[in-house]
Amino acid sequence: MLGKMPGRVVRLKRSGVLGLNRRNGDYIMKFNRRRFYPLVDDKVLCKKRLQEQGLAVPDLIGIVRWMQQAAQIDELLKGNSEFVIKPAHGSGGDGILVITHRKSDYFVDSAGVLVQHADLEHHLTNVIGGLYSLGGQPDVAMIESLVHFDPAFSNLTYHGVPDIRVIVYRGYPVMAMTRLPTRQSHGKANLHQGAIGVGIDLCSGITVGGVSGNDPVSEHPDTGSAVAGFRIPHWSRIVSMAARCYEAVGLGYLGVDIVLDRDLGPLILELNARPGLNIQIANRRGLCERLDAVDELETEGQTHEKRVAWACKTFGEPETDLLTHTPW
Amino acid sequence: MSKHRQWIVLSLLLLMLGGLIFAYKVMWLGFPVMPDLTSKAWTVQVRLEIQPEDGPVRAELKLPSRSRGFTLSRENFISRGFGLTLDEETFRRQADWAIRELHEPRTLYYRATIIPETGKRRFASRPRNPQTPQLEEPFATALAEIVANVREESADTESFTASILFRLNNTGSDENIKLFLSETEESREFVRLAQKLLAGAGIPSLQIHGVMLQNEVQRAGVRTLLAVYDGEDWMLFDPVTGHQGLPDGFMIWWRGDEQLAEVSGAQLQDVQISIKQSFESALELAFERVQLKNSRIGKISILQLPVQTQSVYEVLLLVPIGILVIVFLRNFIGFSSFGTFAPVLIALAFRETELLKGILLFILIVSLGLFFRFYLERLRLLLVPRLAAVVTIVVLLMTTISIISNQLGAETGLSISLFPMVIIAMVIERMSVVWEERGALTSIREGFGSLMMAALAFLVMSMDILAYWVTVFPEVNLIVLGIIVASGRYTGYRMTELVRFRQLAGGKG
Repeated sequence: MLGKMPGRVVRLKRSGVLGLNRRNGDYIMKFNRRRFYPLVDDKVLCKKRLQEQGLAVPDLIGIVRWMQQAAQIDELLKGNSEFVIKPAHGSGGDGILVITHRKSDYFVDSAGVLVQHADLEHHLTNVIGGLYSLGGQPDVAMIESLVHFDPAFSNLTYHGVPDIRVIVYRGYPVMAMTRLPTRQSHGKANLHQGAIGVGIDLCSGITVGGVSGNDPVSEHPDTGSAVAGFRIPHWSRIVSMAARCYEAVGLGYLGVDIVLDRDLGPLILELNARPGLNIQIANRRGLCERLDAVDELETEGQTHEKRVAWACKTFGEPETDLLTHTPW
Repeated sequence: MSKHRQWIVLSLLLLMLGGLIFAYKVMWLGFPVMPDLTSKAWTVQVRLEIQPEDGPVRAELKLPSRSRGFTLSRENFISRGFGLTLDEETFRRQADWAIRELHEPRTLYYRATIIPETGKRRFASRPRNPQTPQLEEPFATALAEIVANVREESADTESFTASILFRLNNTGSDENIKLFLSETEESREFVRLAQKLLAGAGIPSLQIHGVMLQNEVQRAGVRTLLAVYDGEDWMLFDPVTGHQGLPDGFMIWWRGDEQLAEVSGAQLQDVQISIKQSFESALELAFERVQLKNSRIGKISILQLPVQTQSVYEVLLLVPIGILVIVFLRNFIGFSSFGTFAPVLIALAFRETELLKGILLFILIVSLGLFFRFYLERLRLLLVPRLAAVVTIVVLLMTTISIISNQLGAETGLSISLFPMVIIAMVIERMSVVWEERGALTSIREGFGSLMMAALAFLVMSMDILAYWVTVFPEVNLIVLGIIVASGRYTGYRMTELVRFRQLAGGKG
């Protein structure tokens, strides 16, 4: 196996696959300035900033900062029976608790499991204590309203909420995918937990085919629907929202996570200053070529409409091809 | 200088600085590159037997002064009742013993330890031109003729000297040489004669006396060489064979016409030089050289610290090497672990427990700790007290294991106390979070990943040669730093990515 490695390095390079070291050294360290990090690493700050910029986000119900507040959670909830608790500094989806409704004295989470009041409090204190934050610093728990996912996706997901990830490089959308929860991922949209990654054509919003882990999949394992050839609703709005995040937080290499709400349309769930590289597997395409294309432009200060139009023209494929056959 | 290229300069500077100090210590101060090397040292002893006469006694002894290939490391004098003064110059060292009255025979001892040394230095100071010897006839004419003949056959000082020595040793037909030789008996005189002939040609020369440090000898003879100055440097000739150059193992003792020892006010009954060989640790000799050369760089060494502190630093100085292993495993191979450098600390603990037992103990403690951690989770303790509880439980577990293993007569259990308990508690905590969030399999896999990194770091850190290098050559860590800086700009693929992105390796998707 080792003998094949040198050849594979060359082939990966030729296909423009971006590796972690290069992502960190040549893009994140170069284009993501430290002082902007708090804007994305702190989900509360991020939400406020995005709202200021007129970008749609799930509503903030409340913030739990102290242990005492955890005990008075009912006051904070103001009667909301469906909500999501997130550590403000969490990463990788850790520490997120989704409550879909209440049943007498209990809460019910997204998997249908009963959650006691005391369990909820304990979870909040864990979050506040810093169990899920980077480096274990004390954190705050953010309570936001639950997203009612768009039924357009119902054939392509098992529980949970599928989300859309767009990589925005220096303001230009360069690659997109959607992550579809499966039974295996316990309703979470995390690829390494078993969710399916599906590449999306940047211009039309049509899915191009999926991967589970590292293997190609053509249909959702739980619903049986084909994952390719699906047109994601509100696509142009999604791409343009993603592009506008560049102005909002000033990070040059950014992952924007968007969910589709039944009533509210696309909402920005969170931003990521260190977006993962699996998007390349989902799209069967390396990022480098596209990043280089943006670098060649040297046109800072373009409006987001122009940037999206350019990306659409440069990275998009003809719709007829996308709908008639799967590229792989 | 662009900011993006500075790392190359910094890295190269660090590599060069570390490399230069290393090279300086190895080549100039003779620090051994490998541990446990010994090198030869010599103990030279001079024994003077004195038979008193009336009045005050003075004894002079020439002491070894600067030599090529050897250097003096220690010397001591045994001379009960005598006052001792030392007369020290670069090329002339002498001990003077004096006593007002001496009634019985006395033996004076001088003992010196001589260690090998590298480097080339001058034999003697720059000479003045010699005076042409004033000789009576027929010597004056004979000298003039010899000089004229030899000069005709030679090109420079070197060949001139060689030719003179050849004629002195092969007195076949040369009547002039025979005339001079009829006056000399011993070899010392022979050299003096050669000097006289050389002076006739205006060539400065000097007697160089020394001993051969090759074998152990009870009574070593002093050998005299002829040094000739060619206008730039001294050349040495063996007066008998005519060979040029310093013979192997020859230690220069003193220069000039004087005797090794001279005594006034008493009879010098016997002068005995004995030579003994000893083997000393090459490292110790290097430190002696450091002292002798007063080298500042050489003195910067943790071996100068108190012994307990030394052992601490021996471990500390190994940490960068362990960290380098982690950098390699993470950024080049693509491993991930709980806590960036936790594996290094675990690896340090393995140093005390040995690898296999260390791994078993680690697994034992972590799994027991995890068990208790899951129980604590059910009590809904707050985070910090819960972490504190885990640390305490880890300490108690370690104590229990130590006591049990002690009763069973196993010693490994005792060294467990060096396990970094806070680190282990953090590993337990992280593992349990991952366990709940991502499943038991991921958690255990990552736990084993950390353990494997620790084992690899340990295997590298436990290489004897590295432990030796960081203690004797702490500058090795400058080289390590240089490599770390350089690897910080490695933006190529990690090995695991070659597998992860294998689907994309086939060209366009």
